[in-house]
Amino acid sequence: MDKQQLFDEMKTAVLEGEIEAAEEIARKALEMGIPPLECIEEGFVAGINEVGRLFEEGEMFLPELVAAAEVMKAALAVLEPELQKQQVTRDIPGKVVIGTMYNDIHDIGKDMVASMLTAAGFEVHNLGVNVPCETFIGKVKELKPDILGLSALLTTTMPEQKKVIEALEKEGLRQSVKVMVGGAPINQEWADSIGADGFAENAIEAVKVARSLVNEK
Amino acid sequence: MLRRKFQPVRSQLEFRLLSARDIKKIHEAALEVMEEVGVRFPSNLALDVLEQAGCQVNRETMVAKLPSKLVVESLRQAPSQYLLAGRDPKDDMWIDDKTSYLSTDGCAVEVYDIETGKLRTSTKQDITDACKVADYLPEISYVWGPPVSAQDVPAITRPLHEIEASMDGTTMHIQPETVISRKIAEYALEMAAVVAGGKEELRKRPIFSFMQCAMDPLGQDGGSLEASMVAAEWGIPTGFMPMPMSCATAPATLAGNLVVTTVDAVSPLVLMQLVNPGTPVYFAAAPTAIDLQTGGYTGGGPEDFLLAAAFSEICHFYQIPLAMGAFATGAKEPDWQAAVDNSFAGLMPVLTRTAILNGAGTLNGSKIFSLQQLIMDAEIYSMIAKVAEGIEVNDETLAVDVIKKIGPGGNYLSDKHTRRHMKEIWRPTVYDRKPYGAWLESGKKGAFEEATEKARWILKNHEVKPLDPKVKEEFARIIKAAEKELSK
Repeated sequence: MDKQQLFDEMKTAVLEGEIEAAEEIARKALEMGIPPLECIEEGFVAGINEVGRLFEEGEMFLPELVAAAEVMKAALAVLEPELQKQQVTRDIPGKVVIGTMYNDIHDIGKDMVASMLTAAGFEVHNLGVNVPCETFIGKVKELKPDILGLSALLTTTMPEQKKVIEALEKEGLRQSVKVMVGGAPINQEWADSIGADGFAENAIEAVKVARSLVNEK
Repeated sequence: MLRRKFQPVRSQLEFRLLSARDIKKIHEAALEVMEEVGVRFPSNLALDVLEQAGCQVNRETMVAKLPSKLVVESLRQAPSQYLLAGRDPKDDMWIDDKTSYLSTDGCAVEVYDIETGKLRTSTKQDITDACKVADYLPEISYVWGPPVSAQDVPAITRPLHEIEASMDGTTMHIQPETVISRKIAEYALEMAAVVAGGKEELRKRPIFSFMQCAMDPLGQDGGSLEASMVAAEWGIPTGFMPMPMSCATAPATLAGNLVVTTVDAVSPLVLMQLVNPGTPVYFAAAPTAIDLQTGGYTGGGPEDFLLAAAFSEICHFYQIPLAMGAFATGAKEPDWQAAVDNSFAGLMPVLTRTAILNGAGTLNGSKIFSLQQLIMDAEIYSMIAKVAEGIEVNDETLAVDVIKKIGPGGNYLSDKHTRRHMKEIWRPTVYDRKPYGAWLESGKKGAFEEATEKARWILKNHEVKPLDPKVKEEFARIIKAAEKELSK
């Protein structure tokens, strides 16, 4: 099997959401000595781009997008250790820390955003749900992300978003990170009023906003 | 751009409104009225046939009393299933008691212009445009009408121009309701025969059927009767559409309305079976109630929805296909009222497995045609089609393995089971589901604006298989001959 055939199989695995197949092809590629960076860029990212194009054209749907992102994540888990070993760095658009606010346990929307960002090449650290303000601050210090994503589904947990932004300011971290807010009750007006940098109504929009925020930096 | 194949609906749900006893009582009441009072057939040709079959005929009042035995025999002779053919065989419709097809509505006299949005008198070109959009929409199975009247051509040959314009716009089956004289019927069938490749071919593959209006209560129209007698001779399916309005042309009570509807739908079937035993006939109906304030036609409302479902059940009892007046709201614009009317008026016939729903695209009680309304009605129908599917319960759809695998708090987004089945979820084409911000950004674009864009796109991009130039030449010759003969 030649290199191009393997890349095509990677692409197909992404398009069809085949996680196990993707892991297997990634391992096989490494065994054959194909540079992991090439696998990512020529194989999996090419697949992600194709999925994005088909989604824009209305030929693919959100679950397929999420599945593609899951495949990407699984493939990266196989390939990234090898990248590190070879001391090669992957060109990523940015690093994201994302989580649902304290006392809020709703994660489906936040997880969709995380998946879409992963698919778009971002390095995503998903902190899960019910995340206390201090944890967000700690992770920003530790990981130095480009973007901090704060999700709230309840009107009662919306003020937590404000609290985190204030805490970032107090810690002198506000200038180092762009803050994106989202969730069903959130709108642009709220985002502006608490001094957030970005807001999106759905996961697809969130990727666009994240890209433009990273470019602003 | 080729059209996707149409989607006839086979409802998995069943809704029952009348009991078997109710239906029997309505049937017996209709028989009693036909036998004791009779029905007006204002055509001596029709009365000759009926008299010969043993009906008591009064030539002065033109009323024929139909013996119950004759009525029951005729109902038995008429087929329960038959073909309504398309000009292109891929558009063929098999009419039976399980499948529901949606047609365009007819025959409006004004249109909302797709470019200006203004109301204007309808033209021959509007027919082709309406048919072209209908041809593209998978939900629409054939053209009843024409959708609008061709008011820019001479009245005398207008029905023939309307047939030509319809065929220019679609390869689907065509069911004119404007062929209402013996002479015009002959010319119309001659046109159909040219396309079908002869009279015999046309009988085998009727790319045409006729629809006539009844003159409620207890009466028919002379010209329409004679036109349909020609159709029966040719073996072309014909239907008669009573539209009794409770309080005006029918009793105020809906059960009484159903008796009048039944009489006015069944009585011409008897004539058709006498003219040509076994000729395909369908029932049509649009029973309603008057508006109590103005006395006007309503084009919607709960009585219409009830009557539609009930008459459909009566037609199943007779095992004769029904073409039910559906959609065709009384609303003046594609608004809330239009959506309410057309959702109910589309759902009830489908849940009672009505063969044909006439039809999509009009406003103001079938007087105004709108391409946007046509597209939005098709979308309502696609939702009804989804509802009519019901819910399938088996191991695969119960998905217990998947539920166990995902466990508490997980999600099903990227699971293979989701990808296998997600396309079963209904997807809109014009229905607005944009996020609020995107909606604002689009200039508050809703279904109407989406439908406007879609209509323009279809008119620009959809190509309909054109008529053979030789057929067009024949059409011109036939229309000219008709003009010459009929203007005498």
